[in-house]
Amino acid sequence: MNLALFGPELTLTATALAVILLDLFIERKGLLALLSIAGLIVSAGFTVALWGTSEGAFFDTFAVDSFALFFKLLFLGIAALVILASTDYVSKFERFRGEYYALILLSALGMILMSATRELISIYISLELTGISLYVLSGFLKDAKSTESSLKYLLLGAMSSAVLLYGMALVFGVTGETQLDKIAFAVYSITLGTASANPALILGVVLLIVGFGFKIAAFPSHMWVPDVYEGAPTPVVAYLSVGSKAAGFAVILRVFSTAFALPDWLSSSWGVIFAVLAAIGMFVGNLSALPQTNIKRMLGYSSIAQAGYLMVGLAALGAAPFAGVLGQSGVLFFLAGYALANLGAFAAIIAISNKVNSDLIDDYSGMIKRAPVLTLALSLSLISLIGMPPAAGFIGKFYIFSGAVHSGLLWLVILAVINSVISAYYYLRVVKVMWFNEPASDEKVPSSGALRLALLISSLGVLLLGIAPGPVLELARNAANMLGF
Amino acid sequence: MSFSYLSAIVFLPLVGAILVALFGGGREKLVKYLSAVFTAVPLVIAVIAFLNFDRSAGASIYQFEEKAVWIPALNANYHLGVDGLSLPLVALTAFLGLMVVLISWKIHTRVREYFAWLLLLEASILGVFASLDLLLFFIFWEIEIIPMYFLISVWGSGRKEYSSIKYVIFTLAGSALMLAGILSVYFTTGSLDIVDLADKQLAMVQSIMPASLIFFLLITGFAVKLPVAPLHTWLPDAHTDAPTAGSVMLAGALIKMGGYGIIRVVSFFPQVARDYAPLMLTLAVISVLYGAAVTLRQTDLKRLIAYSSVSHMGLVLLGAFALTEVSLTGAALQMVSHGLLTGLLFAMAGFTIHNVEERRLDKLGGLARQMPVAAVVFSIASLGSLGLPLTSGFAAEFITLAGSFSSQVVNGAPVFTLLAAIGVVLAAGYILWLIQRTLYGPVKEQYNEVKDADTLERVYMFTFVALIVLVGIYPAVLTDIIKLGIAPIAGLFG
Repeated sequence: MNLALFGPELTLTATALAVILLDLFIERKGLLALLSIAGLIVSAGFTVALWGTSEGAFFDTFAVDSFALFFKLLFLGIAALVILASTDYVSKFERFRGEYYALILLSALGMILMSATRELISIYISLELTGISLYVLSGFLKDAKSTESSLKYLLLGAMSSAVLLYGMALVFGVTGETQLDKIAFAVYSITLGTASANPALILGVVLLIVGFGFKIAAFPSHMWVPDVYEGAPTPVVAYLSVGSKAAGFAVILRVFSTAFALPDWLSSSWGVIFAVLAAIGMFVGNLSALPQTNIKRMLGYSSIAQAGYLMVGLAALGAAPFAGVLGQSGVLFFLAGYALANLGAFAAIIAISNKVNSDLIDDYSGMIKRAPVLTLALSLSLISLIGMPPAAGFIGKFYIFSGAVHSGLLWLVILAVINSVISAYYYLRVVKVMWFNEPASDEKVPSSGALRLALLISSLGVLLLGIAPGPVLELARNAANMLGF
Repeated sequence: MSFSYLSAIVFLPLVGAILVALFGGGREKLVKYLSAVFTAVPLVIAVIAFLNFDRSAGASIYQFEEKAVWIPALNANYHLGVDGLSLPLVALTAFLGLMVVLISWKIHTRVREYFAWLLLLEASILGVFASLDLLLFFIFWEIEIIPMYFLISVWGSGRKEYSSIKYVIFTLAGSALMLAGILSVYFTTGSLDIVDLADKQLAMVQSIMPASLIFFLLITGFAVKLPVAPLHTWLPDAHTDAPTAGSVMLAGALIKMGGYGIIRVVSFFPQVARDYAPLMLTLAVISVLYGAAVTLRQTDLKRLIAYSSVSHMGLVLLGAFALTEVSLTGAALQMVSHGLLTGLLFAMAGFTIHNVEERRLDKLGGLARQMPVAAVVFSIASLGSLGLPLTSGFAAEFITLAGSFSSQVVNGAPVFTLLAAIGVVLAAGYILWLIQRTLYGPVKEQYNEVKDADTLERVYMFTFVALIVLVGIYPAVLTDIIKLGIAPIAGLFG
């Protein structure tokens, strides 16, 4: 086996270990951040070097294909942006900075593996690697709210893992396989009649959806979201809101389009499940976000709704798995745009909350006078989250909804666009408070160079993806083409 | 490579907006001169394009086309171009763009932001009229919401926050359905190209969904904008509470996007348009009459003008769905004419409110004595709005009503037309009442100090008046070119 295929993962592991070790000797912890970013860049370099390969490693349990590589770049970028944006925040947990960076890297490793695995057991292991790192990170502030969020995240996470494992066990029981492509062969011959007589397969698939749903913060596994978003350290929230969600979608896309794409009755049934969950999730997320007064909590509910839009893409996939890759590549593109917008929003929130010591939307009043750059970037991110041009969010939604219309899901698209309108109300409320209300004081809001760099990257990315989406769309298409048989 | 007229027209205001935002800090004069230059140049280019538009028989329908691949994965192109329908609207928008900069010369709060938003607004509206690709069209359509939101909520008056968010929600709701419609068009035809769609080169495959469904998804989005009763309720609020320049842009250019879109949709779906014409004509008549009736009851200067727009835009819908060449030409002319007249009316209302510091009609009166020049201009604008001969209003309304009345395409068109004509009578009522209550009647002592128009204000007022009279005396200056765009659409209905 060719170890070079594992370059990105090995680099990341080595960097994480090095960070933990050096933490013992180095006084200036800023160097650890630099080291982590260097590791991420080297890892990204390996990823780019592997571009175009399509192989398997470790008895074919891990795939090195353009789908995995797309997500690897995405996760590495997310981790780097989060580390950049954390520089203003880490003073709050001075004693554990080394562990903080190491855990970020380890969960990034987990996410990378999630996008590459094509075997149930390794899916579970990489999922847990991501999850456990994030449970710890959520509790880093060590105050009551942070601890509560960590515990809640852990308990619900453990429960959903159990559900997931149960689902995997049922699928294994029916098919006798853990490799996704072999499951596909075994499932292929099962008719609706046999499946109805022995519902283990259907039950297994449903449990898988519920278990994965936890990772992507989708209805009905979304209960943890608002509390964790409110209590956990803001950079961690930024990280899990985009990283964990993207990793979850990577797994779902791979599992469902490889293992359960055929027979038709199966794909159309999980397509319908995703469609219904998408519809409910969008309404639950958006309507609950409306009355929120805490911006992190609001973004928590908004992330439930965003998962709903993404699931529209999954529903399109299920309704017509071979109608082209519009649905899948739409999900990939949307995730990239969502990651940039959400990271930009949270970076601005980190800087602002640091100064005003509050996450209440009312305390953001008049921010345009106190921090014009932050306000502009946060406004742009929110506009992207609404899905308005010229931001990335619009093209993402356009692409996903195209796929859905193409698969005959016009009703779902109409529900989704109505939800976009509902969401405009609460996103724009933040914009309104920042631009039109009178500031509480005239003090400027400071922000470090690293954080501003993160903001710059995410804002430019949002605009670039919105105005000239061609190259990234092409990448997403190539990546999505890898799925299936 | 030839000069890219349309890109220059659309993107110069955008460049201006960026320059103003970057370098305008604390330098009020610089901001205003920059804005004037970056709206004047597009206007000049638009006028050159207008004069150079090839009117000869056999000339291509769409001219000044620019096409470049933009998003290959979606078959979307950067495709600009104008035909006889859109070119007058581009010119109108460029004209209003410069005018609102002049109108805003007395703005002194947050000047840099204000002009940046104003320029961005102009760029996006120009983009809507110049786009020949539906995705590009939609992007410009949506961008326009953001500057308008800021203009109303920062520089507006009254319940400005309520009005601005109401504007956003209504527009977004409409455009959300429109987006669903555009996607459906894309998947039933495989094309986002307005030229192809209008040409019917791509057969409408109606396997996925009925054409009428797509038609109504699109029409709803445009009907919110136009507006068509009962989707009009955002309009009086937004117009009333917007700053003067915002109202001028809204009434003059922005709501024309709705009318423009409706005529385009008619050309995509001729059969559906014919089937549902009676329904749309009913809505048109309701808009005309209801709008006029509500206008009669207004006591606020700007609100009165705002409601009159509902009524006047009803005539556009009437002309569009009477589906004849004359009526469609009338509808297009009515859009330009209304842009000039109501643009000027809002400018005059803003001027009056600014100088008199009073907007309630029962408190105003006798101002013709204190501000004679402005009063004459105000009267001309009002009478044009009422449809007085020799003004553009007469030409537009006459052509629209005459064309609709003689429509052979839609059964019962004469009845709808006669009903709508009652709206014109009602207009005489509210317009005369408006000028009588503000300008004439007993002179009020408390307004003796009110200033008349200064030089700059006279410049824009007289420019508006000159254009209104020009179109009124010689409507062919516009109809010649509009016909070229309308003829192929009308040809679809025999």
